[in-house]
Amino acid sequence: MYKGGGIIVGLTVFCLVATAPFLLNIGRAAESGPTLSLDTPAIHLLSDPSCVESASYMRAEHMRLLAEWRDQAVREGRSEYVNSAGAIFALSLEESCLQCHSNRAEFCDACHNYAAVEPYCWECHDGGATGS
Amino acid sequence: MKIWPSFLAALALVLLAWAGVGLFHWQTLFGVVIPYLAFLTFVAGFIRRVVLWGRSAVPFRIPTTCGQQKTLPWIKQDKLENPSSPWQVLGRMCLEVFLFRSLFRNIRTEKRGAALGFGSAKWLWLGGLVFHWSMLIILLRHLRLFLNPVPAPIRGLEALDSFLQIGAPLLYITDLTIVFALTYLFLRRVVVPSVRYISQPADYFPLLLLLAAALSGILMRWFFRVDIRAVKELTMGLVTFHPLPPGQLSIGVIFYIHIFLVSCLFAYFPWSKLMHAGGVFLSPTRNMSNNSRAVRHVNPWNYPVKTHAYAEYEEQFREKMRKAGLPLETE
Ligand code: HEC
Ligand code: HEC
Ligand code: HEC
Repeated sequence: MYKGGGIIVGLTVFCLVATAPFLLNIGRAAESGPTLSLDTPAIHLLSDPSCVESASYMRAEHMRLLAEWRDQAVREGRSEYVNSAGAIFALSLEESCLQCHSNRAEFCDACHNYAAVEPYCWECHDGGATGS
Repeated sequence: MKIWPSFLAALALVLLAWAGVGLFHWQTLFGVVIPYLAFLTFVAGFIRRVVLWGRSAVPFRIPTTCGQQKTLPWIKQDKLENPSSPWQVLGRMCLEVFLFRSLFRNIRTEKRGAALGFGSAKWLWLGGLVFHWSMLIILLRHLRLFLNPVPAPIRGLEALDSFLQIGAPLLYITDLTIVFALTYLFLRRVVVPSVRYISQPADYFPLLLLLAAALSGILMRWFFRVDIRAVKELTMGLVTFHPLPPGQLSIGVIFYIHIFLVSCLFAYFPWSKLMHAGGVFLSPTRNMSNNSRAVRHVNPWNYPVKTHAYAEYEEQFREKMRKAGLPLETE
């Protein structure tokens, strides 16, 4: 090989970079995501503990639901959400979601930390600057 | 038209993943087996390609560069365009790798009336630069699915990329720029007649594959949402070599389409023009300093040439030469 030294150094760097996600996880066992706590007073009071929509829908779509809620509340002045089963909920982040999920740290934040999302909502809501 | 084979190939890949997971429920194949194989192909193929390159002849230093060579002390050297030391070469390589210096020199040749004109042509450079930087940021952002806890620089990058705070989930700027850049690079090949004339299926296919991978990711983020926690459980399983059976995780088909397209991209990479990612570091006109006037370079593959010097010749034929009366240098 001509200039073999350079080629070997270059390929070593390439291998380290390409396999970095594996190397950085050496010694870790597979772990499932965080366990989310549903242990709140409001949920204990429910006879049939369920979310505003099905759990699988909520897992994937809750941020879009919240964006919709925000527009409906702030722009259209609505205050009630009727879900797909016909049940009625208060249309509010703090008065609805966080009433049932009052353990934000063990529920919303636990999952968000795992997925590395930091919703900016908390700058104002739930104890933020204009929090009620 | 040479577009159709590439277009149909990309479409077939999408349909394959859709049918495989949507109809036949081969989640383990598309979520675990193919990604592993694709990654292995990528790394092994990349190494093979570079070793093959390494075994081919390295030309002499090429002084046809674009700036003043190092010469007499009162003539100013252009150190980045015509480097004479390893550090200056590093500077030139950085310009090339991070800013595509050579492409910036791209010019357009055109008839201006009867005369030939040379104009500046920076769009290709801009499109290429935007695409590559978006791609890099997107790749780094994806590390959030492969590391737990996610390091602060990755989080910061993600925050920066979504700082416009549009919609929920937030809009990523790079998602827009990569689609714009790829669309431009594709349309350029379709619309400009001279470029279309030299374009092959192997030129269209990588663009379409990249575009399909990007679009499937964007669709997954804003239109057919999936459970990101389950996705991360799957990806963390992959990088810790403890893959979870993805059948249990109930992730939408769109995710498998996305990961299959990305796997195809990885597997295709080492056998295609995309290898310029490794090749750029081996550009002979970029990675050697121009010191041919200061240092003697001996061709590395010179074989030992058989010589027969006059002294040896005389030694061999001394007697015959003396008999013939020829003059001898040594007695
Ligand atoms: C009436 C009480 C109640 C309200 C209001 C409520 N939730 Fe829930 N939520 C629940 C319960 C109970 C579950 C568990 C459901 C299950 O496992 O079937 C749940 C599950 C979820 C999950 C899925 C967690 C998992 O298991 O992965 C998410 C995400 C979620 N809720 C978000 C929200 C958001 C966002 C809001 C506001 C839009 C909200 N919830 C409003 C009671 C509520
Ligand atoms: C700059 C501060 C601020 C930020 C950041 C913010 N909000 Fe709000 N939000 C408000 C204010 C103010 C209202 C109006 C409250 C009222 O009308 O009583 C509101 C109302 C709402 C409402 C309807 C009313 C209610 O009681 O909840 C929803 C839903 C909502 N926001 C969701 C969100 C979500 C989701 C985010 C993050 C993506 C967010 N907000 C970020 C300030 C903020
Ligand atoms: C099952 C895990 C999970 C739970 C529980 C959960 N979230 Fe989320 N949430 C996510 C994920 C994952 C994202 C990011 C999606 C993405 O990046 O595509 C997200 C994004 C969001 C966003 C959009 C933020 C952004 O920057 O894009 C808001 C707002 C949000 N979640 C609110 C909530 C609230 C409020 C709760 C608690 C009531 C909650 N979430 C509980 C997983 C969860």
